[in-house]
Amino acid sequence: MKTKPRALTLLDVLSGAMILAAAGLVFFYAPVEALMGPVQKVFYFHVATAWVGMLGFLVAAVAGYLYLRENQERFDIVGAAAVEISLVFFLIAIIMGSIWARPIWNTWWTWDPRLTTAAIVELIYAAYLLLRSGVDDPERRARFSAIYAIFGFVSVPLTFISIRLLRTIHPVVVGGAEAASQGGFNMDNPMKLAFFFSLAAFSVLFADLLWHRIRLGELQRAVTALRIRSYQEEN
Amino acid sequence: MIQVKKLVKRFGPLTVLRELDFKVSPGEFVALLGPNGAGKTTLLRILATLSRPTSGLVRVASFQLPQAGPELRAHLGVVSHQPLLYGDLTAEENLIFFGKLFSIRRKRIQEVLELVGLAERSQDLVRIYSRGMQQRLAIGRAILHNPRILLLDEPHTGLDQEAGEILDRVLKDVALEGRTVVMTSHDLVRAANLASRVDLLSRGKIAASTPARDLSSSDLVDFYRTALRGGERA
Amino acid sequence: MKNYLRAVGAVIWKDFRSEWRSRESLSAMLVFALLVILIFNFALELDIEARTSLSAGVLWTTFIFAGTIGLNRSLAVEKDRGCLDGLLLAPVDRTVIYFGKAVGNLLFMLVVEAIVLPVFTFLYGFNVFQPGFLVVVLLGSVGYTAVGTLLATMVVQARTRDILLPILLFPLTLPVVIAAVKASQGFFQGLPLEEFSVWLNILVGYDLIFIAVAFMVFDYVLED
Repeated sequence: MKTKPRALTLLDVLSGAMILAAAGLVFFYAPVEALMGPVQKVFYFHVATAWVGMLGFLVAAVAGYLYLRENQERFDIVGAAAVEISLVFFLIAIIMGSIWARPIWNTWWTWDPRLTTAAIVELIYAAYLLLRSGVDDPERRARFSAIYAIFGFVSVPLTFISIRLLRTIHPVVVGGAEAASQGGFNMDNPMKLAFFFSLAAFSVLFADLLWHRIRLGELQRAVTALRIRSYQEEN
Repeated sequence: MIQVKKLVKRFGPLTVLRELDFKVSPGEFVALLGPNGAGKTTLLRILATLSRPTSGLVRVASFQLPQAGPELRAHLGVVSHQPLLYGDLTAEENLIFFGKLFSIRRKRIQEVLELVGLAERSQDLVRIYSRGMQQRLAIGRAILHNPRILLLDEPHTGLDQEAGEILDRVLKDVALEGRTVVMTSHDLVRAANLASRVDLLSRGKIAASTPARDLSSSDLVDFYRTALRGGERA
Repeated sequence: MKNYLRAVGAVIWKDFRSEWRSRESLSAMLVFALLVILIFNFALELDIEARTSLSAGVLWTTFIFAGTIGLNRSLAVEKDRGCLDGLLLAPVDRTVIYFGKAVGNLLFMLVVEAIVLPVFTFLYGFNVFQPGFLVVVLLGSVGYTAVGTLLATMVVQARTRDILLPILLFPLTLPVVIAAVKASQGFFQGLPLEEFSVWLNILVGYDLIFIAVAFMVFDYVLED
């Protein structure tokens, strides 16, 4: 089996450095928000992790589409890898949202559209993993997961719109007029820098983890193949 | 009628068919023998358009697989070890249903019921049929649309002696109508009796092939053994 | 096209014919639906006031729970005697199977709803027989069975098929449930249509989008 590619090691280092730098920017460079105080700092990573989560689900849906079209196992590995990583990031995003909500909205959990959609998305992809573990034949598992990833991704906007129409108190941060009244705020330039840098840092981290997870998937496949070959040779 | 070249089928990391070559001329009745896991059912499912080949060339009745779908299926009759029938429908209703899918006239359904010897029991629910009767009806379902090619996957599984003999008789009648037949089996003697050619599948390849009339039953056992050993070396 | 529709019709005919014999699916769905209503009645203590706001939710929860039973059963029957292979061997496009099964499942669900609704009226004194509300019932059931039939076809081929369907189906059909509940509430409370017509739009949109996606991917659910 191939040894770890050098580019991957480079990406490891880069993502580590970027996360550290992002943390530096958030805590030491960006000013403390006037109304909310230090707790607002959670916002930078909250949005970044949520963004990476959605990115992963998009990757999974695209990989699903490609798998159905090309019928190549590597797209299945990519899909599974993306979902697993995104599930973790999304969970972190939800928890951070909760931490932020406590002092601002005075509650750990509100049934606000984005929060609720996030919870449902998390459940959709938890179901995705249950589907994977429930199907033994690898090809069938790949096809079914591909289909479910596509369905899941198509349903997310509809879920969001439905819940949004139902109720909304989430701050609309970037360019929302009524934002301030609900815990929103306007970002000044240092804040914007910290914000967009965090987005970039987490995106790079996501790419790094995805690469690792895909390599793991390929190794896993190689091990299974070896095991089956040795079994076939024994008999 | 059937032409298979370098057919490979993998299930994930598991390779079931390895560059298999296989050919059946029109009107031939080929019995496929082989140990469990040799790939008999897989080969049959690919020929029946139920499974996609991983690579290789498969032509059935001048249709190229896997692209050919509905057009080819109109010429195929398939019997598997499951009856593929609905238990809560009567025998006649089962055939009416499949007849609708194949655009068959009603008259043909009576014909088929008589052919497989179930005309008198046609109003009974399939659920209460014996295994042998279900299997006869399954053959009826398979020949309903007068297919040129018949694929049989271990049709004798789970039948007692008598039911097996009745099934043999039905199968011989069917073969007499000039169809091309491929049947998998692990019953050597029965296969040699019915078929015009016996092929042996081992480890995802055809390990041996011989006209059935050249085989007496003691030959068969030898043939089987030799072929298996040959398969091991390959 | 004519052949296509005839084949779809054949699948529906077959499902109704066997169901008429055994009545296993419909009776199970029906009894289950009535039990759910009963449980809600005690769990939520549905007094007059609570009824107005909660009844739509209770009704739709009942429908989707009962629907899951029907969906699971409908595809399990196909799988058990290898009938799915029998259908796959037919010289028709494979989406015939999807539309045949989906329409069959939809009709079963509508039959159950047609029996549950009068009971509901009888118990809670709502007038459910408003054309607009019945359209909501139809649209909601269409979306639910469109996605449900596709997922059930996958689930019956899985090892964990007894538990998987609701887990896969509920999060995906949440928009249907929300929209159907809100639209039903609108009709129950006699609000003007403009106030909640957006929910009808969502239902129609969901139905169209998911029927289209299911149509496009169904081949892959069955190929081996």
